[in-house]
Amino acid sequence: MLNPLIRAALAAAALTPVLACAQDVTGAGATFPAPLYAKWADAYHKASGARINYQSVGSGAGIKQIKAKTVDFGASDMPLKDEELDKDGLVQFPTVIGGVVPVVNIKGIAAGQIKLSGQVLGDIYLGKITKWNDAALTALNPGVPLPEADISVVRRADGSGTSFIFTNYLSKVNAEWKAKVGEGTAVNWPVGAGGKGNEGVAAFVQRLPNSIGYVEYAYVKQNKMTYTLMKNRDGHFVPPSDDAFKAAAAGADWSKTFYQITTDQPGKDAWPLTNPTYILMYKTQDKPANASAALKFFDWAYANGDKAADDLDYVPLPDSVKNLVRKQWADKIKDAGGKAIAFK
Amino acid sequence: MAATLPVTPYPAEERVTPQPRPPERQRVAPWADALFAVLAHGAAWLTLLLLAGIIVSLVIGAAPAIQKFGLGFLWSTDWDPVQEKFGGLVMIYGTLMTSAIALVIAVPVSFGIALFLTEMSPGWLKRPLGIAIELLAAVPSIVYGMWGLLVFSPILSTWVQQPLQKAFKGVPLLEAFVSGAPVGIGILSAGIILAIMVIPFIASVMRDVFEVTPPMLKESAYGLGATTWEVVYKVVLPYTKAGVIGGVMLGLGRALGETMAVTFVIGNMNQLSSLSLFEAANSITSALANEFAEAGDGLHQASLIYLGLVLFFITFVVLALSKLLLSRLKKNEGTRS
Repeated sequence: MLNPLIRAALAAAALTPVLACAQDVTGAGATFPAPLYAKWADAYHKASGARINYQSVGSGAGIKQIKAKTVDFGASDMPLKDEELDKDGLVQFPTVIGGVVPVVNIKGIAAGQIKLSGQVLGDIYLGKITKWNDAALTALNPGVPLPEADISVVRRADGSGTSFIFTNYLSKVNAEWKAKVGEGTAVNWPVGAGGKGNEGVAAFVQRLPNSIGYVEYAYVKQNKMTYTLMKNRDGHFVPPSDDAFKAAAAGADWSKTFYQITTDQPGKDAWPLTNPTYILMYKTQDKPANASAALKFFDWAYANGDKAADDLDYVPLPDSVKNLVRKQWADKIKDAGGKAIAFK
Repeated sequence: MAATLPVTPYPAEERVTPQPRPPERQRVAPWADALFAVLAHGAAWLTLLLLAGIIVSLVIGAAPAIQKFGLGFLWSTDWDPVQEKFGGLVMIYGTLMTSAIALVIAVPVSFGIALFLTEMSPGWLKRPLGIAIELLAAVPSIVYGMWGLLVFSPILSTWVQQPLQKAFKGVPLLEAFVSGAPVGIGILSAGIILAIMVIPFIASVMRDVFEVTPPMLKESAYGLGATTWEVVYKVVLPYTKAGVIGGVMLGLGRALGETMAVTFVIGNMNQLSSLSLFEAANSITSALANEFAEAGDGLHQASLIYLGLVLFFITFVVLALSKLLLSRLKKNEGTRS
């Protein structure tokens, strides 16, 4: 005889696929927002019954998959240029804002004790500054006991949106970096050891004495890593924080295009290494039901997901930007007949 | 050691009077034979077809890079996704060098293990030791990688690299070999981790083939007054060389293709700036694992596939060389025992 509980579970299991089939939405892409999308999807599933499958395969792969139409939405840390979007008939919109933070591991140095400028950070990653007590570093950090030790540079080995934000910033503030290395999800790093993923870089930095690396803000907080202060565009040295990321994002003009790279933004409190992460969808939807379900999910996440984002150390978008995104959905995402896709 | 007597050449059971011819059996289903033949042929051809398919798809995928860079890809050290300039020498060097270090360490150690287990170990130790070595092969490679990064490389850095750097300071060539930031990751640590990973494969193949050496041959050699070493060197090894080489090739194949563990400890650095064994480098598989997901369509992806093709080719050459070696050995052997 079956236990009634098991029977109920079996019945539920038999029913669930029927319910889920109608609204199964798949997305793929960036790894950086993946924990948040997973949490949102879980909460949304409980709230509405719809299932969102998100594969965190990397921004590049996400772009490839949406272009191949194997998923309902793609996700990328690196925004596509408007021309490229138009060429493929895609639209993009931001979901949350993330910050990239330089971290160090030097004996006797506490979090927030070292100040860096973009120029110096670039020179370290170019291999021009090789010692912690280099004149450029001591000039920025008078009174800080910097050791006479080689700097072990750590960076991402895999292509990543984090590296894109980092190299984009360095290209803006360090002319030699721009000329020699440039920006991208993967670049020709002049020096340094590569760790796989944020967790790989975090592990390297925590393990190697006198090292410097860069990771997403969430990893800094969760691993209690020694972050540095960064000199922003206005000349202030700021610590990384949710407010500093928000201040950077506020400076962008979202009204014309969502192609915004919010690194090195003006603002007294703005953290210079800040960037939103993006969702990509087709303008003309072959499967309007799926598109509608996906948009409903993001609409729900904009309305109810800020708390989850805060908990996981992502920064929610300002309400004004969210409304601009909703307007863009209504204006641009249509089914084959030219009718706007419902998301409410 | 109590020597077991050689088996009697003609056991009693075999000396029986010949039986009358068994009655001719009726063929149950003649088509079954044909079907079986087709299936067996099909299985063999399927493998070949798959292999050809893989090569063709690799070549097609790599075509843009092959057209752009040609064979120069093999000796160019550029790897610049921003400028779209690619060359594979850094990764090819890293793959070959780490595998070579792995074999240099793993072959003698595995030989020792197999020798001990088959010739010298007391009976009660054989099984637990043998199982322990086989268990090493079951450890997932990512565990070796994590262990290599978190536990092994600090040890390598403090107890090997830094003393060596001190000792070789000012010595022209040797200093270059051990230079670099004392972080303990790079070619040497990747090679050592690979060695640990391939030892169980080589050792268990060697042990198995050593065990099939007929006891009669070994006992005869011992009876003539040979030492254990002489028995192994002059009797066991010549008898089992095909198997031993096969085991080494199996290990080499594993070392060439290993990805996760190498990624953790090699440093993933696409520059070939020094000869140092402690310098961060990259291997083909590690580059593929790290960069493939994010590589956009076009030259970057094509160059990665080109690298895959090169690895395929390296493996093929290794395999072909081992077959060649074996056939030459066989020729010099005269009659096999």
